[in-house]
Amino acid sequence: MALFIEQLLNGLQLGVMLFLMAAGLTLIFGVMGLINLAHGSLYMVGAFACAAAVSATGSFWLGLLASLIGAALLGVLIEIVVIRRLYRGDHLDQVLATFALILILSEATRWVFGSFPLYLNIPPILSGSVPIIPGGGAYPVYRLAIIVVGVLVALGLYLLISRTRLGMRIRAGESDREMIAALGIDIRTLYTIVFALGAALAGLAGALVGPLQSVQVGMGEPVLILAFVVIVIGGIGSVKGALIGAILVGLIDTLGRFLLPKLMIAIVDPSAAAGISAALASMLIYIFMAIVLAVKPRGLFPA
Amino acid sequence: MSRERWANLGVILVALAIPLVAVLADEQFYLTLAARMAVLALAAVGLNLILGLGGLVSFGHAAFFGVGGYVAGILASHAFNMEPLAFGIAGSNQMIVVWILAVLCSGLLAFLIGLVSLRTAGAYFIMITLAFAQMIYYFAISWPAYGGEDGLSLYSRNQFPGLDSEDGLQFLLICYGLLALALFVFVRVRDSRFGAALQAARQSEVRLEAVGVEPYRIRLVAFVISGMITGLAGALYADLNRFVSPSMSAWAISGELMVLIIIGGVGRLFGPVAGAIIYVALEYYLGGITERWQFFLGLILLGVVLFARGGLIGWMGGRLKHG
Repeated sequence: MALFIEQLLNGLQLGVMLFLMAAGLTLIFGVMGLINLAHGSLYMVGAFACAAAVSATGSFWLGLLASLIGAALLGVLIEIVVIRRLYRGDHLDQVLATFALILILSEATRWVFGSFPLYLNIPPILSGSVPIIPGGGAYPVYRLAIIVVGVLVALGLYLLISRTRLGMRIRAGESDREMIAALGIDIRTLYTIVFALGAALAGLAGALVGPLQSVQVGMGEPVLILAFVVIVIGGIGSVKGALIGAILVGLIDTLGRFLLPKLMIAIVDPSAAAGISAALASMLIYIFMAIVLAVKPRGLFPA
Repeated sequence: MSRERWANLGVILVALAIPLVAVLADEQFYLTLAARMAVLALAAVGLNLILGLGGLVSFGHAAFFGVGGYVAGILASHAFNMEPLAFGIAGSNQMIVVWILAVLCSGLLAFLIGLVSLRTAGAYFIMITLAFAQMIYYFAISWPAYGGEDGLSLYSRNQFPGLDSEDGLQFLLICYGLLALALFVFVRVRDSRFGAALQAARQSEVRLEAVGVEPYRIRLVAFVISGMITGLAGALYADLNRFVSPSMSAWAISGELMVLIIIGGVGRLFGPVAGAIIYVALEYYLGGITERWQFFLGLILLGVVLFARGGLIGWMGGRLKHG
C-alpha cells in the first residue's frame, strides 16, 4: 500500500511536469493557432541554462531564475525572427519550420555545451525524504516540491487568465483575433508575450526535471510528444484540459508500469509476464488517447 | 513537354548517373549512397501520397517504416535460426515474401492508426500520428524478444531470385525497380477517379460531401496505401543496412521524410526523389565538412519553408495547376 501511494505521488509529479509543458503548447495553439514542435527545445534550453547558472554561481535558485529568463528570451527571439511569419501559413509550414528550429537549437546547444550529459544536484534544503506516507514510507522532498510548484503555476495561470487585463486579452485573442486587433490592441506584442510565457513555463519544467534526470541534448522531444498526447486528450487550446489531461497521463503511465506486471503474473506465466507487461505499459497512454478520441474526437474539454 | 517533365527528366538522369559514375570510378560507396537515397525516396513517395495529394500532414510515417523493417528483420532471423514463427509458419529470407508481409503488416497498422486519427483534422491529426508512431517506437524498445533497444542484426541480405543482393549494383537495381514501381502506383492513384476525390478532399471537404463522396473512407484508403509503400521502404532499408532498430520508428525519421518532400516539392511526382537526392548529398558533403551538419540543414530547411515554397521541382517546374 505504501508503495502504491509512492507511485501515485510519482504519477502526480510526472503529470504536474507535463502540465508545465502542455499549458504553454495549448495557450500558443489557442491564441495563435500555431503548432510548435520547438517547445521541447525550449525545455532543453531551460535545463541547460539552469545547469550553467548553477555551475557558475552554485545556487539552484539562481539556476531556476536563469531557466525562466533564458527560455523566455529565446522564445522572444525565435518568435520575432521565425514564428511570426508562420501564423498565416498552414500547419505543414509550421511543422517544418519548427522542426528546423529543433535541428538548429539542438546542434547549437551541443556546440556550446558539448555532447556529454550534465548533472544537477538537488538543492540541500530540498534533499532528503519526509515520512508522509501512512505505513511508514518516506517520500523525496524534491518531488513533493515539484508537485507544489506545479499546483502554484496552475493557480497562477488561472488567476492570470481570468483576473488580469493581459488574461482578458489572451481570452479575447482566442475567441476573435480580428476583433481585438480592430479594438486597438497591439496583437503582435500580445503574441510575443504569450509565446514568451509558454517558453518560460517549458524552461522551468526543464530546470525542475534537471536534478531527477541528466541534462542532455534531445531530452525535450520525448516530453514534447507526451505533452502533445496530453493536449489532444484535454482538448487543444484548453488550459483546464491540459491540467486534467496531464494528471491523467502522468497517473496512467506511472501506475500502469507499476500495476501491469502484477496483473500479468496472474494471467500468463511469470517468464513471459515481464516482457509483455513492459511492452504493454509503454503503450498504455497512447491506447488511452485512442479511446478518448474514439468517444470525443476533440478531446475532453473542447476549446 | 511541360517544364515539370523536364525537371523530372533531370532528376531521373541524376539518379541514373550516380551508379554509372560509381561503376566507372569503381567507388562502391556511391552505390550505397544511391541505394540509401532510393530507399528514402521510396518511403517519401508513400508519405507524399497522403501529404501531397491528400493534404494530411502525417507526422507518424516512421511507424510504418519501422514495422516494415522489423518484418524483414524478424523473418530473416527466424529463417537463419531455423525456428518457426508463431503458428508453425517458417521464417523467410526471400525478399518477395518479406515485401508482401511488410506491406500487409504496415497496411494493417495504417488502417488501425488511420481509423482513429482520420476522425480528426489539422493540428490534431499531426499530433495523433506523431503519438502513435512514438507508441510503436516505445513498443519496439520494451519488447525484449527481438533485441529490444539494441536492435536486430541481419546475418545477410535477403535474397531475390536471379540477382545477388549482396552486390552493390544489383541491390541498387532492386531499389530503383521498387522506386519506379511506387512512382507508377503514385501516378495511377493520382490520375484515377479515386485520386481526384482525394485531391478534392484536400481542396474542399464540403464540396466533396456535396457531390456525395465521403472524405473519411477516401482518406482511409489513401492512408493505408501510403503506409504500405513506406513499410515496403522499411523492409528494403533493413536489407540495406543489414540491421533494424527501434530508431527506425523514431520521431526524427518522420520529420526527415517530411523534410525530403518539402525540399523536393510537395505533391509533385518526383518531389520525393529530388528531395532524397539533395538530402543524402547534403548529409554526405556537409557531414564530411562539419560534424554539425544538422545545424546547417536546419537553416536550409527554414529558408525553404519561409522563402521557397514548392521546393526544387516547384522552382524548376513552375506552379502547380491545381494548388
